[in-house]
Order: sequence, then C-alpha cells, then structure tokens
Amino acid sequence: MLRTSLVFVAIAAVCVGLADLEIATLEPWDELRRIAVGFVTPDAGALTGASQALLNTITFAFCGLALGVTGGSLLAAVFSRSAAVRSFCACIRAVHELFWAFLFLPVVGLNPICGILAIGVPYAGVFAKVYAEILQEADRRALNGLPPRTGGLSRFFYGVLPVAYPDLRAYTSYRLECALRSSAILGFIGLPTLGFHLETAFREGLYAEAPALLYAFYLLIASLRWWVKPRLVPLYVAASFALISTEVHVSWDNIRRFLTYEILPWPMRSEGYYAGTGQIVFDAMEVGRWAWDLTLSEVVPGAWNTLILTQIALVGTGLFTLVVFPGICRHFYSRVPRALSHYGLIVLRTTPEYILAYALLQLWGPSVMPAAVAILLHNGAILGHLTGGHANTLNLRTDLPKRRIDRYLFEVLPRVYGSFLAFLFYRWEVMMRESAVLGILGIPTLGFFIDSAIAADAIDKVIFLIGVTALLNVGIDSISQLVRRRLRVRAGAVFTYD
Amino acid sequence: MTVDPTAGGEANRPVSGANARAVFELRNVTVAYDEVPAIERVSLRIEEGEKVVLIGPSGAGKSTLLRHLYELSGEQGALIHQDYSLIPQLSVFHNVYAGRLDQHTAWRNFRTLLRPDSRDMHTVQPIIEALDLQDKTHERVQALSGGQQQRVAVGRAVYRDGQILLGDEPVSAIDPHQAGRVLELIKGSAATVVLAMHDVQLALEHFSRVVALRDGQITFDLPAAQVDRNMLSHLYRAEG
Repeated sequence: MLRTSLVFVAIAAVCVGLADLEIATLEPWDELRRIAVGFVTPDAGALTGASQALLNTITFAFCGLALGVTGGSLLAAVFSRSAAVRSFCACIRAVHELFWAFLFLPVVGLNPICGILAIGVPYAGVFAKVYAEILQEADRRALNGLPPRTGGLSRFFYGVLPVAYPDLRAYTSYRLECALRSSAILGFIGLPTLGFHLETAFREGLYAEAPALLYAFYLLIASLRWWVKPRLVPLYVAASFALISTEVHVSWDNIRRFLTYEILPWPMRSEGYYAGTGQIVFDAMEVGRWAWDLTLSEVVPGAWNTLILTQIALVGTGLFTLVVFPGICRHFYSRVPRALSHYGLIVLRTTPEYILAYALLQLWGPSVMPAAVAILLHNGAILGHLTGGHANTLNLRTDLPKRRIDRYLFEVLPRVYGSFLAFLFYRWEVMMRESAVLGILGIPTLGFFIDSAIAADAIDKVIFLIGVTALLNVGIDSISQLVRRRLRVRAGAVFTYD
Repeated sequence: MTVDPTAGGEANRPVSGANARAVFELRNVTVAYDEVPAIERVSLRIEEGEKVVLIGPSGAGKSTLLRHLYELSGEQGALIHQDYSLIPQLSVFHNVYAGRLDQHTAWRNFRTLLRPDSRDMHTVQPIIEALDLQDKTHERVQALSGGQQQRVAVGRAVYRDGQILLGDEPVSAIDPHQAGRVLELIKGSAATVVLAMHDVQLALEHFSRVVALRDGQITFDLPAAQVDRNMLSHLYRAEG
C-alpha cells in the first residue's frame, strides 16, 4: 500500500513540474480581502432577485433525481446480468452533468428539460451501479426463509427490497444533496438556477451578493433533513414537475435534425452546407483527417492537461484528507473542536467544486492551481468525513501514546489507511470528471475545448470530445478498480459517494 | 440431566404400520461441505403422519439432515430456520404472510405489502394469537426480542400449511413455559413433523420417535419410551 501511494505521489510531483501553476493576477490578496469582507457582510437583498432561481434549483434537482432513480432502478434490475447494460451505465455516468447539458442544449434548447435530463441521465447510470451493488450485498437470510417456489417479483419485494431499503434510502438522500449541487452549477452555463446569479455576482465583483447566495444554498442543504421525508418526496417530485411543466417546449424537428445531421462530422456536411442543399456526403479519407486533426489539436492537449490536473488533485486530496480527518476523530480531539471541524468539512463539501474553482480563478487567474485546490478541498472534505467516521468506529486500547502525533502515526493511521485508499480511488474518476469540466472556466483541460466547440456551434466536435472524455473516465475507473483489487482495499457500496 | 423415560408417547399417534406411505426414504445418504462429510451414509425412513425429533451434540449433522429433508420435500415443506431467516424490516404480519408467497400472484403480494387484505388478516391473525404475539402484529420484527422473533419464524412455517414441517431448534429461544405450547402448535400444523432439538427432556416429552445423531451418523432411532439415561450420556459424551 505504501509503495503504491509513493508511486502516485511521484507521478503527481512530475505533474506539478509540468503544470502551469502560476498565479497570474497581480494583487490576489486585495481581491481575497474583498471577498472575505463580503463573506462577513453578505447582502441579503441579493436573495429577493434570486428567489425564483433558488426554487428552480430545487425543482430541477427533484425532477432530475426522480428521472435518475426511475431509470437507475430499471437498469439496476438487469445490471448484474448484462455486460451491455453495465457498459452503457459506465458511459452515461462518465459524462459530467454540465457536458450532458451541452449535449441537450441544441436538442431541447435552454429550458428546464435540458437541466433535468442533464441531471437525470448521468444519475441513472450511477444509481444503476450503486443500487445493484446494494441489492447484491443485502443479507440473504430473509430470502432463504421464503417458500422455495416463490416468484421472482415476490422474492424481490419480500426478501430483498425490505432488507436493502435503509441503504437505498440513505444513498438516494445523499444523491439529493448532489443533485442540488448539480442543479445549482447548471446555472453557470445559462440555466435559470442559483449558479446563474452566482456567476453574475462573481463576474461583476459583487462580493457581498455572492456569499448571500452561497449562504442560502448552505441553509437549503442543511435544512433538507427537516423537510425531506420519504413520505413527502413523491409530493415534492409531483409539485416540481407541475412547476416546470408550463415552460416546456420540445421540438421533434430539432431532435431529428440534431441526431441525423448536426452530430455528423463537418466534412460530411460542408459541401451541402455551402451549396444550401443540406446534402450529406461520406468521404472516409476526409472524415479520418478531420478526426486526426481534432485529435492532434484538441484531444491530445486537452486529455494531457486533464490527466495532469487529475493526478495532482488526487494526491492533493489524499494529503488534505490525511491532515483534516483527525479533526473530527474522537481519538484526537474533544467535543468542541470536533464539532467545529465537522461543520468546516460540511461547508467545504457542500460548496460545489465548480463554484470554488470559479471563485479561486477570479483570485489567481487561469492556471491549474485554482482548479486543483478546488477539487482537493471539495473531495478532501468528503473523504475526511468518511475516513474520520471510520476512525471513530475503532476501539483502541486505553493506554494510548500521550502525544497526538504518535497516536496518529502508530495507532490510527495504520488502521484506517486501507479504507482511506479505497475511498480515494473510488473518487479518482470523479476527480477526473471534475478536472475535465473545470476546463469550461478557462483551464486548458478537455472542458475548455468542449466549451469552445459549443461557442462555435460545432456539435460534431462536442460529441467527439465528450466521447473521448467519457472513454478516459471509463479507463480511469477500470485502473482504479484494478488498483483497489491489487491492494485488496474495499469500501462498502454505500460509501461510494460520488 | 434428568430424563423421565416414561414421559411422552400418549400425545403422539403411534408409528403407523408397514403399509403407510413413506414421506422420506433415505438410503446411505452422504452430504458433504467442502468435501468434509456432514452426514455420512445415513439411512432413514419417515412415514406420513410421524412426529420425529432429532437429538445429538452440536456438529452431529442435525441441521444438515434437516436441510436435506427440506430439499427433498419440495413445495410441500416448510422449514423453521435456526437463524429464523426473517425479514427484519417488515411487520410480524408480513413475515407470517410470507409463508404463502408462492400461493399468490406477485401483484397480490405487492398489494399486501402496502396494505394487508382483510381476508389475509383473518387467516394470519389466529396463528399470531396462538403464538401470543397479537400485541405485536404490526410491529417490525427487528424491534422484537429473540424469543418473539423465533415465534414469528414458527408462525410463518405454521401458516405455510404444508404437508411436512421441519424445524431446526424451533423453540431454543422461547421461554420454557411457552415452549411446550409452541411445540404442540407445530405438531398440529402439518401431517409430518421433523424437528431438531437440543433440549432432550422437552424432546422426549413431546415426541414419540427419537433419532439420535453423532458425528454425522445415526446412533439410535427409537420410540421415546425406550430411550434411557445411559444412551443419552453416551450420545452426549465428551470427545475422545
């Protein structure tokens, strides 16, 4: 385990050498001071203008989640039996919500359906996998007690579902939190959610408004436990659909045109485009050259930068986790400091990494640095919570070493290191997805090229680049599985937390 | 251990004659786990209507033999599992109802899960009452004590209403003053009953035929009245 860790640290060190970590802005500290002032003197007035956006954030999240849960449940039913379904799910969850929004944008336009699909589709892939894992790991004893010839559905409803239900519910409610984050950041590409107002506030330097919006978002997340009860969820979903249904216009012509024309590589369309006939020609040489050029000019540099950022963020997240997890651990600190660390971690993990990166970019200018810091803060907070939680379950001997550092190095760390690595490698692909998507903010990862292609209305390029991103993600996921298997580290299905 | 060799007998029907139908007919059966035999070359004939108890030290092969009989009995059989195998998150009613899942359509079972049918309530309730669980009908099984859970497991097997009822230590966690009543309920709910029990005295009191196992083999197979203290101390002797 130590050797593997050191290999990854060495890779990250090389990446740091290759990466552009320069802080470009001249007076970052002045800007930071203004933001800090904004955080202590938030302008609640910003909320009156953003109340509709706040509501949209919630309704998009509920609708998207409902779609994801429905699709994911159906897919989970055949997940373990069909390799095709497993690959399909791996592909749809390998594409970040913002990229899905880019894909749906030209088809359905900039409207709620776009946001709901952008959340629902990748979430269906995630739910399929995690639900299938939870159901598979459910205690089999109840099933053994049923009469031998009980039908498949009855066996499921009596022998499997009730046993797995608490885990399914816990995971789904965790995903609601994620869906709200996804919904919020969809505003950054123009959908009418919280991110839209946050982007405006940050861009225009309204440093008192942005914190007010963020605070509102924290309150929303913190209040979930009070108003989201399993019984009320169907009501919220129905109300959410009712609230958005008035705004939906889907044009089938658009969809057809998108699927049969716009996604085709440019060389197939160019002649008909200039002649005004819309004719399609297929010249394999030309298409091949188009793909080759695109690969050289965009895919290779984009993927290279994405991987560099991912590896730096992975190791950074690991180090950050190892530093912060003792803060919430009963073997190191008493109640009050533990509670403070706990809330600190909640705030960090509740802040979407995209917003963190956006804010840091305003401060430091476009380089790998703000992106890496944003990813490591957000993910480190989640892993710190999980690792600290695991450490709290340990029953250590009573004659522990007096000094904290001794307890940390000799008693706690060796015991939690395996599960820590499992959590970290689980999140590897998540970090890669985030690395790619943060390109939209101007760092030259894959998202940068995808965003440029969207701006140029080059759907063919968008599809190609997103396809590459998805493949890269599936690849990272496979390597991560391999590493976890080799190290023989595991975290339960409910801890996947991605 | 004190054993009264004259106890029992009357409550049970005498073993039927040679022309009765055999429910189980084992000849030299060996069942092995990971190539280690749990029961070895066991021969056993059980006829319809018989009430048989299996005794013997732990690891003798009682559970293996019961499981084998359960597999042979097909859809007529009900088994009270040693670990109860209940659905902890569902109510007592639903756990008992689960004994007949195979007799209803999936749709009906699904509806029952959401809202029990009054017909089913009528058939399930008497069993729940006989097991003294009527206060707990709608409580989740995971909230019950071990003894109560075991009674639910008994209830499910009784409700199954099959021809054959098999039980692996079905009263081990039940209070002594209730155990006898529960045993009688079990005996009355299926034509053929085979139980494994560790409480030898209780076993002899309630069963006419005693099959003793040790090290995966049948040591003796006798009417309860013929089992004496020497046989038992030999059966339960320490290893070596």
